Amino acid sequence: MDRPAWMAVLARASAGKIEALLREVPPLPPHRIIRGPEIGLTMMRGRAGGDGAAFNLGEATITRCSVSLEDGTLGHCWRLGRDRRAAELAALLDACLQGDALREPLLTRVIDPLRSQQAEAASLIARRAAATEVRFATLATMR
Amino acid sequence: MKPGFADPVFDSQEGFSALMQAMARPGRIQRCQMLRDLPDGLEPAAAAALLTLADAETPVWTDAQGEAREWIAFHTGAPLVAEPARAQFLLATRSMPDLVSLDSGTDETPQDSATLIVQLEALDDASGWWLTGPGIETAHRLSAQGLPADFLQQWNANMARFPRGVDIVLCAGEHLTALPRTTRLTEDG
Repeated sequence: MDRPAWMAVLARASAGKIEALLREVPPLPPHRIIRGPEIGLTMMRGRAGGDGAAFNLGEATITRCSVSLEDGTLGHCWRLGRDRRAAELAALLDACLQGDALREPLLTRVIDPLRSQQAEAASLIARRAAATEVRFATLATMR
Repeated sequence: MKPGFADPVFDSQEGFSALMQAMARPGRIQRCQMLRDLPDGLEPAAAAALLTLADAETPVWTDAQGEAREWIAFHTGAPLVAEPARAQFLLATRSMPDLVSLDSGTDETPQDSATLIVQLEALDDASGWWLTGPGIETAHRLSAQGLPADFLQQWNANMARFPRGVDIVLCAGEHLTALPRTTRLTEDG
């Protein structure tokens, strides 16, 4: 798994879920806060139809945090929402995951469980939505 | 990477207050000691002034290299430009660029001109130049060690462009003072 993949998982995981999994692994190394965790707004841009001219869709709340380990490795996290604790934990995990020593245990015992939880939640929503699906094929043939 | 302001809101307000006092009372020395743990090559007052002023919308030029340059890019979020003329804020840690080469604004928008922050060896308000002009009742003294030898000529040329012109923030260690473009400098009272 590469860095964008684990960051995507961490950005969607709540502080409670991360902390519960971190209790199962040896304590993470000490870290130092470089910036944040701080809450701000970012402008979300969209494109009509996916390829039209960009327009400002609206502002979203984001929380960001950067930490550094004792060896100077930097970990970053930018996530939607206002969960400061999750931002700090995700930044710390990002820093730890970049080192060879901690990557394997953290990937198998923290990131993979989080990812399967998220996949399960997404598939639950997808199945609920699929149950109420309406097919408009009949309307198309009437024209 | 070293951290920036510990408390971004209050520390930058403190920095802004120090800069405003410095600009309003040219030659009076202000203290800025919010930043204590800095990368090599940066000093507390100059780093605090840049962190207070620069953001993602202000191009910054600096001659700092290595970790100091990365620190500035990370904590200000400002685009770092290679040519001093394109920058809105400049931080000179070793030798300052020529004042005439910097953006001096236009006659309609003189407020768009560049602000130069210079990191010096020492500042002293008991000896040196005589400062007169707006914000100074009679005269202030100021000596700044580490400026180029032709600084007074450059400064007079800068004043001659009024209302256009560059403003300077002089920093040494935890101390800073400002020379707005309206301040006259003479070597003897």
